[in-house]
Amino acid sequence: MAPLYYYLGLSVVMFSIGILGVLLRRNAIVVFMSLELMFNAANLAFIAFSRFYQSLNGQMFVFFVMTVAAAEVAVGLALMVTIFRTKRSIDVDQLNSMKG
Amino acid sequence: MGNNLLFFVFAVVVVGTALGMALSRNAIYSALFLVLNFASVAILYVQLGAPFIAMAQVTVYAGAIMVLFLFVIMLLGAEQLAETEALPGQRVTALLLGTAFIVGATVVIVLQAGPTTPLPAPAGNFASPMDVGTTLFTKYTLPFEVTSAILLVAMIGAIVLTRSDKPREKGTPAAGKE
Repeated sequence: MAPLYYYLGLSVVMFSIGILGVLLRRNAIVVFMSLELMFNAANLAFIAFSRFYQSLNGQMFVFFVMTVAAAEVAVGLALMVTIFRTKRSIDVDQLNSMKG
Repeated sequence: MGNNLLFFVFAVVVVGTALGMALSRNAIYSALFLVLNFASVAILYVQLGAPFIAMAQVTVYAGAIMVLFLFVIMLLGAEQLAETEALPGQRVTALLLGTAFIVGATVVIVLQAGPTTPLPAPAGNFASPMDVGTTLFTKYTLPFEVTSAILLVAMIGAIVLTRSDKPREKGTPAAGKE
């Protein structure tokens, strides 16, 4: 079994790739997927600590993060569909005006 | 090292698919890379003694959420966008700051590494589905109920947001543009 900090290191790398995805990509859907990657990195750290402390609380937290992420994805993708209807694009650089 | 082989194999898969997701030109490829990423992370969860969370990961994330993503990508036809850079130098700054974050977090983890011994073996039926269910419905009853409200609000919100505002006029065919 690998030590705890191997998993934390993997979590850091995943989170950083998520950050880079959010900062570098223009496609709002890919930005959204990068957000999911960052959720996943945090979940991995939770599960690793849950095993380390032999406590179920971390796993419960991951469960709730998953449900909130599911709700967030539903609302976010609905927003994206609405934005696409008005602007005909989901390029985040073009979403620079408040008035549709 | 031999014991950690499984971890390293899946760590490589996780990092590779994450990079593939972030760098793919086509959003469909990004979504498929992310499915593989979620599946490999689920295997790491099994290895860490969290079978229930691993199954939830596969069904909820790799199944439901990614299907939703693929559905919206194909609905909008937004696989590829033109390469533009609205803010000059934004890419370089993002790369620099992201790399700075990786270096900083790695330094912190290495300095605060803590016990380098392998993780302890799980005791008995730790994190069995029954164990998880008991905890969920005793200690975490209130958050569980709040979760149902969140999901309901999200569902209503998604329906309200995607509903088209203009009511159809009489006599026009049902197949509208949107």
